[in-house]
Amino acid sequence: MIRVIIPAHLRTLAHVEDELELDVQAPVTTCAILDAIEERYPMLRGTIRDHVTKQRRPFLRFFACEEDLSLDSPDAPLPDAIASGKEPFFIIGAIAGG
Amino acid sequence: MSKARVLVGTRKGAFILTSDGKRQNWDVSGPHFAGWEIYHLKGSPADPNRLYASQTSGWFGQVLQRSSNGGKTWETPGGGVSMSPDGMPSGESNKFVYDTSAETGKPLTTHQWYDGTQHPWEFKRVWHLEPSLTDPDTVYAGVEDAAIFRTTDGGHSWHELSGLRGHASGPKWQPGAGGMCLHTILLDPNHPGRMFIAISAAGAFRTDDGGKTWKPINLGLKSNTIPDGTAEVGHCVHRIAMHRSRPDVLFMQKHWDVMRSDNGGELWHEVSGNLPSDFGFPIDVHAHEPETIYVVPIKSDSEHYPPDGKLRVYRSKTGGNEWEALTKGLPQSNCYVNVLRDAMAVDSLDSCGIYFGTTGGQVYASADAGDNWAPIVRDLPAVLSVEVQTLS
Repeated sequence: MIRVIIPAHLRTLAHVEDELELDVQAPVTTCAILDAIEERYPMLRGTIRDHVTKQRRPFLRFFACEEDLSLDSPDAPLPDAIASGKEPFFIIGAIAGG
Repeated sequence: MSKARVLVGTRKGAFILTSDGKRQNWDVSGPHFAGWEIYHLKGSPADPNRLYASQTSGWFGQVLQRSSNGGKTWETPGGGVSMSPDGMPSGESNKFVYDTSAETGKPLTTHQWYDGTQHPWEFKRVWHLEPSLTDPDTVYAGVEDAAIFRTTDGGHSWHELSGLRGHASGPKWQPGAGGMCLHTILLDPNHPGRMFIAISAAGAFRTDDGGKTWKPINLGLKSNTIPDGTAEVGHCVHRIAMHRSRPDVLFMQKHWDVMRSDNGGELWHEVSGNLPSDFGFPIDVHAHEPETIYVVPIKSDSEHYPPDGKLRVYRSKTGGNEWEALTKGLPQSNCYVNVLRDAMAVDSLDSCGIYFGTTGGQVYASADAGDNWAPIVRDLPAVLSVEVQTLS
């Protein structure tokens, strides 16, 4: 089971209170995780990446195992600790704004 | 007994204010969608319990919310939690994708950027939602970058009426300081195929065939800030308004100048008259008196607060030119708020109620057509939009 931590506003939108737990088939990649999120929580489509281009929204970053993976290929395999559920995959919003 | 329900969009959420027909005591509900920018909420004339809200964020983009019980609960249309791969909701209520050229598959057109170069259209947010007069599931959305979309399935999916953006003048449209937004949509109650829209900074347009084709209706507008002051497009129209009994008569608050057209926008003439400033954002029409109109003069160029620190609504009972200041109950010193273009509305009670919200977070109401004002709330986040529903 993959664990994903999303920003508070997206938890509200998805009606969840804690981290997401998702079944993701191997190979576990950023793209596969986002596909699983959007399948399970359709209201989050377009809020993390663009509907059409699939580009990450610019004020969001992806982290795993204390590494910023935002600029990595979305099809690159993620660390084993993410695939096993030992560590969560983080989707983090920029700390900015008024 | 009749009552009023005021829908307020702010920088940090939505609020719903309700009162009986006296409009003296108000219940305040909210914030809904706390922390999000709510550019606009509006109820369906065909089903007052059906509300739509535009929820946006620089982080997470556009979300479209819908209520079927007058704002008690909300949902993203078609975006419920999916429990099964089968019959999964579409989750496309926030998908606003511009049409491309049928021949080439490439972007339909480009528009003029601030520096004069051409720039592709990029969707940013929904500024205005205009529900159909007859069908609760049909809504028009005015968006930034300027375009009009329509849903006919209650917000599940949206499709562009690309005849507007495909007009030959598209490459000449340009953003104002606040972006290139389609902020006004007026539906003609007498002619179902006729709509008026306004764009900053392109101007006003009209369709007579339900949105297939559009005509710029800016003749008579004069804009000193563009090289050709009488150009077909390029005018910074801030708002247009009509009275539903007389949809050929339009009133406009332009970047500068208050204007009037008596022929569906074919020709405009200035009616700023004795206003202390002809700059402002909202303009609206009394519910029962088609020649009574309201504006809030604002000092500009870049100040964007009331002249002399006095918050005054101006009313004309002559369809423009002759204006009177309405000040009772409004701050007449040290007031430096703005009133944005979608932040004024009227109810249809007797007598007509007038409402407006400020960037300082106040929502003012007058239950007597503007003679006397009182704040419903004083300390909301900056108000982006105000709409009112008259409920029986």
